[in-house]
Amino acid sequence: MAVLSMPGDADSSVGLTGRPVYELRGVSKTFAKRNVQALDKVDLTLREGTFSAIIGPSGCGKSTLLKIMAGLQPPSSGSVILQGRPVLGPRRDIGMMFQQATLFPWRTTIENIVLPIEIRDGKAAARAKYDQARQLIDLVGLKGFETVYPGELSGGMAQRAAICRMLITEPAVLLLDEPFSALDELSRDFMNMELQRICLERSATSFLVTHSIPEAVILSDIVYVMSPRPGRFVEAITVDIPWPRTLDMMTDPRFGALVHRIRGHLDKGAFQ
Amino acid sequence: MTQAHSTVGTASMPEQTIWSEHVSWIDRVPRWVSMLTLLAGFLAVWQLVYIIELVSPIILPSPAETIEDLFVVGRNLLTGDYMLHALWVTTQEVLLGFIIAVALGFALGVLVGETSFGERAVMPYLVAVNTMPKVAFAPLFVSWLGFGIASKVALAAFIAFFPVIVGTAAGLHAADPNARMLFKTMGANRWQTLVQLKLPIGMPHFFSGLKNAAVLVVVGAVVGEFLGGGKGFGELIRVAAAQLDTPRVFSLIIYLSLLGLATFWVVAWAQRRFVFWHKESVTEETLAP
Repeated sequence: MAVLSMPGDADSSVGLTGRPVYELRGVSKTFAKRNVQALDKVDLTLREGTFSAIIGPSGCGKSTLLKIMAGLQPPSSGSVILQGRPVLGPRRDIGMMFQQATLFPWRTTIENIVLPIEIRDGKAAARAKYDQARQLIDLVGLKGFETVYPGELSGGMAQRAAICRMLITEPAVLLLDEPFSALDELSRDFMNMELQRICLERSATSFLVTHSIPEAVILSDIVYVMSPRPGRFVEAITVDIPWPRTLDMMTDPRFGALVHRIRGHLDKGAFQ
Repeated sequence: MTQAHSTVGTASMPEQTIWSEHVSWIDRVPRWVSMLTLLAGFLAVWQLVYIIELVSPIILPSPAETIEDLFVVGRNLLTGDYMLHALWVTTQEVLLGFIIAVALGFALGVLVGETSFGERAVMPYLVAVNTMPKVAFAPLFVSWLGFGIASKVALAAFIAFFPVIVGTAAGLHAADPNARMLFKTMGANRWQTLVQLKLPIGMPHFFSGLKNAAVLVVVGAVVGEFLGGGKGFGELIRVAAAQLDTPRVFSLIIYLSLLGLATFWVVAWAQRRFVFWHKESVTEETLAP
């Protein structure tokens, strides 16, 4: 099995030269209670303005990695450094989005969006952010739904609002945990293209966890393939398809080749 | 119509292609008609039982007698006579009992639902208290608090507070893991998570506890009056029953049930007002005003 050890050489080989925003070095996680090693010496560098995806079978430690990166769980060993400062807990420069939009039904769309500000800085600060929130609502195409309660939003619209809520704190990195996997396939493709547009427009540094190979390939500069038990990166695959991507590119032979290569890794993992 | 169909072509196409779902006639009757019919049927059976003297008329009055007495009691209430005073006494007991039950139940519910000390150490005792026949405490409350309204308020609150604890605690557990994780990523502290997430999400549970309490608190007040005297509606019922004035007992019970209905409605109204985002089940919605 071609195990490319990550950091330096893999990154330079893909020719990405942006400033490193998020750096993980030798991150391992062992759950002592069950004596399970979830992550084994993971190295990862997210460079400014790039989109990275991580893909792997269930139980390969993706969620654990994401929780560590979000500051929700400490690693057992290794360093986790965002913008030059170690991550020791949840931070406002980390934006996160989940499979469920998790909007609160007693708050209007815009009130949901400024919630992170309200929690961190209080009500007055949240109100001061309304203008910015409206710009974000504009950006994601939710104009006119500012004062609507989430009960009236469709699944896709709710996720758009969740994108705004993630962006309102102007995070340095976006952590996306299968953000659209609860949507139907058509909405999902569409929302992925919207996500790409938003990320390009803001030159966001993004990190996506997904189960879908095409989704990972169409959205990313680099796709990390992960193997289970203990979770480690098997290969980092550079996606050399030009930006902006369109859904038509899924028929591109290069796209097919990349999907094939990733599938090969995952199938191998499954029969180990 | 037939022409329009024939343009479709095939001769085998059936004439009628628009179909409607069959709705049984009983489901098509307007609500007020079916409700009045049921009431009339009930009164008819009651009258029949009275006529054939299935039960001694001393124990069971006729519907006509009862309705007549409803007017007598109604007039007494409207003219502000002693019955109105009795109703006011009972209303006070119910309101005070309810307020105490809600305050106590909410506080204990937060303790039990939010802290693991409460859940593991306090809850077992609360469950044990709840399994006691609480009415049996009435004589104790009377000897502690006297024959005034205090002893009735205490019994009413005691009988009604447990559903509020259960509702509050269940509500605090209602937030799903995603929402909790989201609050963590936003750096929310425990207080913020409680006030901004857990309490609002738990509101529907809290209110079902309140609705149970609203019904039980009337039970508590009346039982308290039966066992501890005083000047309330329960006392009027007790006296009427002792005098075998059964029409009076029936009409007093009907007025008392209006008091219970009113408390229930106030809670249901508050729920609609404050938990506007939560759609209730059909059954509960039709009961609300």
